[in-house]
Amino acid sequence: MTELLVKNAFVIDPLNGIRGEVMDIAVRDGWIVESVGDGAEVIDAAGCLTLPGGIDSHTHICGTKVNFGRYMMPEDMRAGRTQRRGVMHSTSGYSVPTTYGNSYRYCAMGYTSVLEGAMAPLEARHTHEEFAATPLQDTMANTLFDGNWPVMEAVRDGDVKRAAAIVAWTLAAVKGFAIKLTNPGGSECWGWGKNVHCIREMVPYFGVSPAEIIQTLIRANEMLRLPHSVHLHCNNLGVPGNYTCTIGSMDLAPDLNPDRQSLYLTHVQFHAYGGTSWKDICSKAEPVAYTVNRKPQITIDMGQMMFGKTTTMTADGPMEFNLYRLHHNKWSNHDVELETTSGIIPVYYSRTSVVNCVMWAIGLELALLVKNPWQCLLATDNPNGGPFIKYPEIIALLMSRRYREEELKTLAPGTHSRITLPSLDRELDWHDIAVMTRAGQARALGIRSIGKGHLAPGAEADIAIYPIRVDKTDPSRQYREVIQAFQKTAWTVKRGRPVARDGEILVPGVNKTIWARAKVREELDMGRDPEFARNFDRYYTVRMSNYPVQDVYLQRSLCMESEAQL
Amino acid sequence: MIVRDVICPFCACLCDDLDVHVEDGRVTGVDNACDLGSHKFMTDHRMKGPVRRTASGWEEIPLEEAIRETAELLEAAERPLLYGWSGTCGEAQSAGVHLAELVGGVIDATTSVCHGPSILAIQEVGHPGCTLGQVKNRADVVVYWGCNPQHAHPRHLSRYTTYADGFFVRNAFKERKVIVADIRGTDSTNLADEFIRLQPGGDYAVLGALRAIVRGKGDVVPPEVAGVSREQLYRIADLCKTAKYGAFFFGMGLTQTAGKYKNIRNAIELVDELSRHTKWTLTPMRGHFNVYGFNEVCTWMTGYPYAVDFARGMAFYNPGETTAVDILARKECDMCLVVASDPAAHFPAEAVEHLASIPVVQLDPFPNLTTAFARIQIPVAVSGIDADGTAYRMDGVPLRLHRVLDRGYPDDAGILLEITRRITGGGSR
Repeated sequence: MTELLVKNAFVIDPLNGIRGEVMDIAVRDGWIVESVGDGAEVIDAAGCLTLPGGIDSHTHICGTKVNFGRYMMPEDMRAGRTQRRGVMHSTSGYSVPTTYGNSYRYCAMGYTSVLEGAMAPLEARHTHEEFAATPLQDTMANTLFDGNWPVMEAVRDGDVKRAAAIVAWTLAAVKGFAIKLTNPGGSECWGWGKNVHCIREMVPYFGVSPAEIIQTLIRANEMLRLPHSVHLHCNNLGVPGNYTCTIGSMDLAPDLNPDRQSLYLTHVQFHAYGGTSWKDICSKAEPVAYTVNRKPQITIDMGQMMFGKTTTMTADGPMEFNLYRLHHNKWSNHDVELETTSGIIPVYYSRTSVVNCVMWAIGLELALLVKNPWQCLLATDNPNGGPFIKYPEIIALLMSRRYREEELKTLAPGTHSRITLPSLDRELDWHDIAVMTRAGQARALGIRSIGKGHLAPGAEADIAIYPIRVDKTDPSRQYREVIQAFQKTAWTVKRGRPVARDGEILVPGVNKTIWARAKVREELDMGRDPEFARNFDRYYTVRMSNYPVQDVYLQRSLCMESEAQL
Repeated sequence: MIVRDVICPFCACLCDDLDVHVEDGRVTGVDNACDLGSHKFMTDHRMKGPVRRTASGWEEIPLEEAIRETAELLEAAERPLLYGWSGTCGEAQSAGVHLAELVGGVIDATTSVCHGPSILAIQEVGHPGCTLGQVKNRADVVVYWGCNPQHAHPRHLSRYTTYADGFFVRNAFKERKVIVADIRGTDSTNLADEFIRLQPGGDYAVLGALRAIVRGKGDVVPPEVAGVSREQLYRIADLCKTAKYGAFFFGMGLTQTAGKYKNIRNAIELVDELSRHTKWTLTPMRGHFNVYGFNEVCTWMTGYPYAVDFARGMAFYNPGETTAVDILARKECDMCLVVASDPAAHFPAEAVEHLASIPVVQLDPFPNLTTAFARIQIPVAVSGIDADGTAYRMDGVPLRLHRVLDRGYPDDAGILLEITRRITGGGSR
């Protein structure tokens, strides 16, 4: 038995209605309990801000395309090197760090759970191998179904049960966590070098539209009773005027689940553009946020863009090619048979570019215009909008109008008339930030039930203690202190064990992976479906028996089971 | 007993449809494999146990002693090189990278003498690629450049290209055009609809001419480019541009001939150019069954695909300096751990001469040319036959190799972890 007592913690725990109270947190064997004995190890939080461990509900840190980002960019690897020290392995990389680099840097920022935003099922084993080398976070993987042939056939046939059954079989086979749709339908088109541009265009041969894929999978997801909702990267990313497509996608979502959203839209900054070209691009954060405000069934994340060098990587292959033709630097692409695609290019977001300045403003506008912080989570679509190490700056921007004004002065001429940010007075408070960086994620991902995102007895003891006194800091003025505090915890506690102190990693750590299995009736088990098996062995280049990810790949495995209602 | 859907641990096609017959702890037959794969399963020339060189020959030593001495040699070395890795599973590669970091050594793979130039080109311009099923299901034009798949990857054509019927290509042999570029006729060029017979060293020029034509600048192309007529170049450019889906495969005839990584860059940029007209992808024909796996493992662990130097406590990558051949040729390296490869058979003479002058420990199931000067050889289980583990196909698809029998050999991942444990003194750091 190991016991830990965090004393004098200034706790904000939104899921339990705690908005800032000095209290002690007792921990036994990795879980938060009512009390511990006198022999417990003690951490004195000294009145500092104490939050549940941070959760990133959309980041790219592990798997085929992330690793290819490293592989093709030694210049990025050189830009972020650290030496082997103590229990820490050496690390490389700035925008796409090595797995240990990601893990240490997230840990120092108090993040204890992360969701990889896009895993191709056929290459899931790779994602799990990298998860195993991401020792200090619990990990989950969004599983790509945007161009899945059997799913599209079921959608075409109007057979939502079959679509659900295929999802259930695939998630269990690849140990995935949730349904991800990246540019649904567009990935199949990209197999021929083409794309769909909004939700009503048809996918060649399969005869389905993105809207039909989205609607069918939202219903299938709820029939399977999966922890998370459908996680959507809308069609037409990064194109001026795309906000109508985004709002149209939001309008597809019925309200089916009382505990969370029915549709999660990711990196909405990239999907809230007005105008008709790069010349007249402008912010449409207002109508997008307005739509979110009147639809409780929607949760979004910001997809904030931050200035500087980074790497874009997404399963939206055609978008990356378009971006490449704009930037002319280097481009990788990787299409995955029967399933999906992906692309990568490095970028530099510059304050001298009006387009980039508008993008920067849109992300912040979304967070400030969405009234309910539970519906707009903080993320950069790491590393697409910027590396996650920029989160502290985003927190400070949201908390301080003054900081925003300082930054607005530095933007390219011509930006102000295209954005609404200068007119927004709202300053988020500590509680809003706690919602947008952990509690909201836990609810949106459906992992509160396994003890994530809160600090009441029964919760998993993932705790972040930031070296800042809420009672002595005015974030509106002291935004530099806010940035510093969120960059490096005083302590990060993972599974009841102190794992980082002042940014130094204390233990090697062991990864845990959370995945979802929906139990379906035998006659809907695709593992026994002759047509599914025949087409699998005919069109994939791996045998169906070699496809599932073996248990051995998960060092610690937490399977969230559900009884499907099909 | 028949073990079904076994993955072949020979080349990077990783065919996963083999049926392996096992009786009395031996493989008695293999169905569906090519000759190369079958031979690997059927071969029986394993060493019995660890051996150490003596003044007059070899002595058998216990495994524990072999491990202890290897750990001591690694610890004592100033600039150890950990080389090979393409013939073993990812778990061993991962243990190897950690070990290299621990001892401050250089870790490099056979990549640096095969597709290293491809990686350098990718690092300059990127890589438009795909999994092989995309090619099987969609491609109506396939290019093989500087490679002879009929000999080196014998089932590549039947599983993924020429003879592989796919979803949108119902009769591949009729509907799919094959273009083969080589300096001589081979069994692969015999199958080509278009054979581009170019002069040795002419690849860069021919690829450049094709790019010019695809770009609409064909007027700069002379009547003949490195032995290829302008008429044929136009015909090929037209075939490529009007394809519904084109797939470009290339081998060491492009990576290791004059121009090296610039050839690959030109090929990638041709595919890039064609992507503005129709769909094209490009795939290196990786050789050993898990050479690409090393590049993947090494990248997520260190940030770089091969040739990583840990001497300064951080990962440092500079091919040409931190590559195995160069470290040896400069006589820097003072101890070498060779895992699952045979540098003596493939390295230039000066590198091999230096290798022969320093302590070498080899982990390999079979004796090979490197054995000739190794100080110690530890025979291990064969990944994919009597050891399981992860391997990455040439297109990046990861598969779990099967263990079809148990011959009682330790696996190399286990030995590497044990060496690490000895050096760290048992505890986790």
